[in-house]
Amino acid sequence: MSSNKKYWKSVEELNDNSSIVETLRNNEFAEPIPVEEFLGDKESLSASSTSRRDFLKYVGFSTAAASLVACEGPVIKSIPYVVQPEEIIPGVADYYATTIADGFDFANILIKTREGRPIKVENNTLDGVKLSANARVHASVLSLYDSTRLKQPKIAKKSASWSDVDAKVKASLNEARTAGSQVVLLTNTMASPSTDKLIAEFIAKNPSAKHVVYDAVSESNALDAFQMAYGERALANYDFAKANTIVSVGADFLGDWQGGGFDSGYAKGRVPRNGVMSKHIQIEANMSMSGANADKRIPLTITDQKHALVKIYNVITGASVGTQKVAREEEVMKAAQQLKAAGSKGVLVSGLDDVNAQLLVFAINNVLQSQAFNPSEARLTRKGDAKAVAKLVADMKAGSVHTLIMSGVNPVYTLAASKDFAEGLKKVKLSVAFSLKEDETAVLSSIAAPAPHYLESWGDVAISKGNLSITQPTIRPLFDTRQFQEALLLWSDNSTAYYDYLKAAVTSSVSGITWNKLVHDGFYTTPVTSVASGSADYAAAASTLAQAKKAGDFELVLYTKTGMGDGQQANNPWLQEFPDPITRVSWDNYVTISKADAAKLDLENFNVANGGLNGSYITIEVGGVKLEKVPVIIQPGQAVGTIGVALGYGRKESMKQEMQVGVNAYTLYANSNANQTAKITKESGDHEFACVQLQRTLMGRGDIIKETTLDVFEKEDAEVWNPSPMVSLDHNPVKANTVDLWTSFDRSVGHHFKLSIDLNSCTGCGACVIACHAENNVPVVGKSEIRRSRDMHWLRIDRYYSSEETFAKDDEKKENFDGLFGDKGSLGGFGQLEHPSDNPQVAFQPVMCQHCNHAPCETVCPVAATSHGRQGQNHMAYNRCVGTRYCANNCPYKVRRFNWFLYSKNSEFDYHMNDDLGRMVLNPDVVVRSRGVMEKCSMCIQMTQAVILKAKREGKAVDTNAFETACSAACTSGSMVFGDVNNKADEIAKLEEDPRMYHLLEHVGTKPNVFYHVKVRNT
Amino acid sequence: MKKVGNPNSISRILLFSLALMLTFSVSSFAQETAAMPAAETAAPAAGAGDVAAGKALFNSNCAACHKLDGAMTGPALRGVTERHDTKWLHDWIKDSQKMIKAGDPAAVKVFNEYNKSVMTAFPQLSDADIDNILAYTSEPKAEKPAPAPGESAGAGGGEGSGVSNNIILGALALVMMMLVVMLVLVNKVLGKVAKANGIEPAHKEPVTPIWVAFARNQFLVLVTSIVLLLASGYFVYGYFMQVGVDQGYQPIQPIHYSHKIHAGDNGIDCKYCHSSARSSKSAGIPSLNVCMNCHKNISEVAEETATPEHSKAFYDGEIQKLYNAVGWDKATQKYTGKTEPVKWVRIHNLPDFVYFNHSQHVIVGGIECQTCHGPVETMEVMEQHSSLTMGWCIDCHRKTDVKMEGNAYYDKIHAELAKKYGKEKLTAAEMGGLECGKCHY
Repeated sequence: MSSNKKYWKSVEELNDNSSIVETLRNNEFAEPIPVEEFLGDKESLSASSTSRRDFLKYVGFSTAAASLVACEGPVIKSIPYVVQPEEIIPGVADYYATTIADGFDFANILIKTREGRPIKVENNTLDGVKLSANARVHASVLSLYDSTRLKQPKIAKKSASWSDVDAKVKASLNEARTAGSQVVLLTNTMASPSTDKLIAEFIAKNPSAKHVVYDAVSESNALDAFQMAYGERALANYDFAKANTIVSVGADFLGDWQGGGFDSGYAKGRVPRNGVMSKHIQIEANMSMSGANADKRIPLTITDQKHALVKIYNVITGASVGTQKVAREEEVMKAAQQLKAAGSKGVLVSGLDDVNAQLLVFAINNVLQSQAFNPSEARLTRKGDAKAVAKLVADMKAGSVHTLIMSGVNPVYTLAASKDFAEGLKKVKLSVAFSLKEDETAVLSSIAAPAPHYLESWGDVAISKGNLSITQPTIRPLFDTRQFQEALLLWSDNSTAYYDYLKAAVTSSVSGITWNKLVHDGFYTTPVTSVASGSADYAAAASTLAQAKKAGDFELVLYTKTGMGDGQQANNPWLQEFPDPITRVSWDNYVTISKADAAKLDLENFNVANGGLNGSYITIEVGGVKLEKVPVIIQPGQAVGTIGVALGYGRKESMKQEMQVGVNAYTLYANSNANQTAKITKESGDHEFACVQLQRTLMGRGDIIKETTLDVFEKEDAEVWNPSPMVSLDHNPVKANTVDLWTSFDRSVGHHFKLSIDLNSCTGCGACVIACHAENNVPVVGKSEIRRSRDMHWLRIDRYYSSEETFAKDDEKKENFDGLFGDKGSLGGFGQLEHPSDNPQVAFQPVMCQHCNHAPCETVCPVAATSHGRQGQNHMAYNRCVGTRYCANNCPYKVRRFNWFLYSKNSEFDYHMNDDLGRMVLNPDVVVRSRGVMEKCSMCIQMTQAVILKAKREGKAVDTNAFETACSAACTSGSMVFGDVNNKADEIAKLEEDPRMYHLLEHVGTKPNVFYHVKVRNT
Repeated sequence: MKKVGNPNSISRILLFSLALMLTFSVSSFAQETAAMPAAETAAPAAGAGDVAAGKALFNSNCAACHKLDGAMTGPALRGVTERHDTKWLHDWIKDSQKMIKAGDPAAVKVFNEYNKSVMTAFPQLSDADIDNILAYTSEPKAEKPAPAPGESAGAGGGEGSGVSNNIILGALALVMMMLVVMLVLVNKVLGKVAKANGIEPAHKEPVTPIWVAFARNQFLVLVTSIVLLLASGYFVYGYFMQVGVDQGYQPIQPIHYSHKIHAGDNGIDCKYCHSSARSSKSAGIPSLNVCMNCHKNISEVAEETATPEHSKAFYDGEIQKLYNAVGWDKATQKYTGKTEPVKWVRIHNLPDFVYFNHSQHVIVGGIECQTCHGPVETMEVMEQHSSLTMGWCIDCHRKTDVKMEGNAYYDKIHAELAKKYGKEKLTAAEMGGLECGKCHY
């Protein structure tokens, strides 16, 4: 962006018609340059001592000199602190507890800092933590170092100082106060008690002021329902660990539904213990992460879901509200019966964006007396009021808003009525936008006020009732930023610093804990048991809901992706490159459509010669608003008659060129409602996707993801549901693990690291993928490289669909192939197995380097760059690697990644590693790999070595369960467990003995140190 | 920037002459010390005090804040008896605050001049003690010893030996030349005699020159070229293997910091300054506040610290550089707040792909810093002592026994490995210290 700065060079310039200024302006150089004199005079030119030959000599000499100088090592400077802060030891990491609260993501976390710069997000592991880090929270540390952040205040797009801003705002507030005109504070959900207090004080000073809360991704209907039922604007909480039967009607509770973070509780109930495991029935339109994890998935349109919800309501409460027939009626009724049978061990949740549907959820759970349903510890992480926002937009358009102060919101981008908002913004006398970036709204506001990142701020967050979490800065502000709260204090003539204000507010509201302890722990909880009751008419809600009718061709469900969320971190390359857990597409959003509808409209997905996935385009029309050229992904499991589009893409303002991908689906988000009726038409052309997984099914190879049902698992011998693979030795079948090409190495001495992955509790959330990026300096390669299958993810989460209804039937089909042709012919059969079913079973499998004890990669490396350590890790010596790529070709797991290019300090890959700011996130303990080098998961050897060294220094044995990898530490569902199997007390030692344990491709004989646990489905 | 110490003949001669000079200068100091007691014994005779006792008292009581020459917390004390009378000084030393409260103008003046810093009262000092101290402060400043006549003689002697060598060599060459001339002459004479006697010299057969014969012998040519190729290969390999190896790297630093003075002469422990070597992978370059722990009080070096290469003024100038960097005003004894971080030149550089941890070696392994960094305590200018190549690391890991006793971490692993290898002591290599991934990740 070009600068709009104007530099005054003299007082004379103030004078409009000054002849001096005019003369100077027309005369770039003060003294004339004798160009003509020199070039025009042939004689002097020929007499010039520099001839063409001389010139070439100079060039030759300087080239030779430069190459000679290159032989010398560079002089490296080292600059110590002048006064070293006590808490910093160079080379040793410090951890600070803090809380992220960006209006969309809330979590209690720890920040790892090195030499004063935050480099990684870890989970706060203290008991009582409300929400843990998801993929976006893990990536948020990189957003701190975003080079496109707003660096100083701007007034009318021109750089200004904070004192100018203060003067302008105070004048405007005074004017509004005397005239009694409207002042509006438009913020995201801050859930901050001290800020609420501050805003109340501000409103007391400015009686014409009001506070409007706006969530980009609205839960307004759920909030309204909760307010009706319990007299308060909050969201009910759920603990899925306490549920045996979970029925979800359109709620992606493993994704971002009502703030997300339910996965750890859910996963606890998903591991079969003593024959008990929860049963999860998902009724939904889009294929969501929850649907992918469900034992039974019923794809229904939105209208059908509403009727299904009423039917369940009828069954549970014994009411008899008339409904229309829905698709898969029997399955819905069976689910209702199962939920009823579960009683207090059952729970129902719904993501239908309808206040009546949300009321029925409370009605059903109350009748069930569900233990998992917890309205008393209600969540406070969403407060937005869509109606109030709509009124604000109307007020602004009418010109009745005098001063508008915004914080953490970007309505010009996130409002469907963004044109109205932008128009209204022009009529507002003074608008201030506190924002990390000069985003769509800040550009149109009179003042763009740079806000600090949460890692540079103080704050308090009440995530749920009874919880108080603290946000503390982990680095000095990088730019000339100011917190919204700090500004509010100043503008309400309060000279207190926000830190003091916060400290006073917090210490007066908590008891039994000191401020220091609170900041150290990061949060504080008091039990809440009581809940107010409201007056909600459930019966009326049910009958209103039962009136639902299909209104158009397609029902559109707007959702948020695990990677992008509401889109505020759209300039974060880690999140852009993070493949969607379901479609495995990165760098894009798209419309998901069922196979049947796609066939009708002649839409297709196909792979081109280099493996890249292409898709047709469509135009979506919602209530007259058109979203053009949206690429199509044919999604197995999508309910016929529905389409889905992810929010959060298509941002343009203050974004690096590469990151400006996707389409802005917020334009379809009319009234902030996720459920819309749409018309679609096919467009010409094909879209090029960057999809990291080309194969969609397992082709009946049940030994890759072993799975069974709870019945079989309970009743049968382990050999039935977890058979040992057999190989032929001397023409006799023997167990694969008894045969070996090599003599085995004794690994009982010292540590022996293994990683366990439980396929039952893995929800596919991908937090591990981003944590791995942050820990291991994994480069971002960009869309076109991903499309060429050159992704660098050390850890991928494979997603497979079943081709038949279930994976078991796939296996059966393959087993029964008979001959090449005919009904059971393998030629046609394998072709059929490539295509996923219309409503498939889904399985996730995280795959990283398996650290084989007998690694095929090691035997083919011509330079012994990869070798085996006795602690179980397969080492990769980058400095030794010459890049033959034999190892990658010989790896049966395809986990090795090749650096086709130099990804750091290379303007061709303009991501975080190409700017000084972005490189601050790099982990100094792990080398940044160069071009031409193979790399792969190291099992975080830098972390295991650090734990060992700590024990050695302290002169004691390593603590039990002390070893972690980045992925296992990030896994909040408990699926990934890492440890030392030679320490029999370690959890991993027990997990290895578990009968569900199996190795990936065990028959190959690689003896991996990563093992999986058989997936059990409760069907 | 890179200056590799290359011991050649010139430096050897210089060293030799330096050694010569030192032997002479030692004897000159000896003369000085011999002269001193004479002066000391003379002083008490004047009835003022015992200088030797005064020096001891000064060092134990006054030196924290005063120097003889130059202001510190308090004023310079040499010749203080000329500025104030003895009675006044006695009162001041015993209780200065009393005098200031009493409003003694001289006392108040001094107090204000030195930032109103209160001088500790010394009621415990007897009048005799104070007299002794004052006698010590009245000692005239020892002049820089004039170069003893022996020194120039020594230098001359050194040169003389060089001259005589040349003369001997010249004489030898002359003798050789004379011999050659004589040989030619004898030959000529013999030839003439033979001619006179009519004896024909035997006619020689035309012989092929040796180089032609050599060139014709293909076998020899082959063998020679192979030998030459191998030899040049050896040297080229040797050349390339030292590319990037900066052993002996001795860059000029922004502040001439002498490890010899600090770690050698004053015996400061390495880890006092490089404290993070105990807990971190990096030994750390000390921050300037660590320097100021001592240098707040040490603003100049002692006379004895100066060497022929580096004068006292030079060292004092270097300390002043530290003060400029850390923002310390020597005159007011205060921090000005104007700091200028020092950009040291890193000497020991490992490539990015190598992980090395100081605490592992220093604390766990109990290895002396000097094992890798060489005799730092003798280095006036710090240099890279070891090659820091992988071969060098591996070599040590192969040979060095791991210090396991008394460390509970090793109990189990030691028992198991000792049984496996059948020996009590285990090397780092046997512990798995040669695995690639232990250092490369």
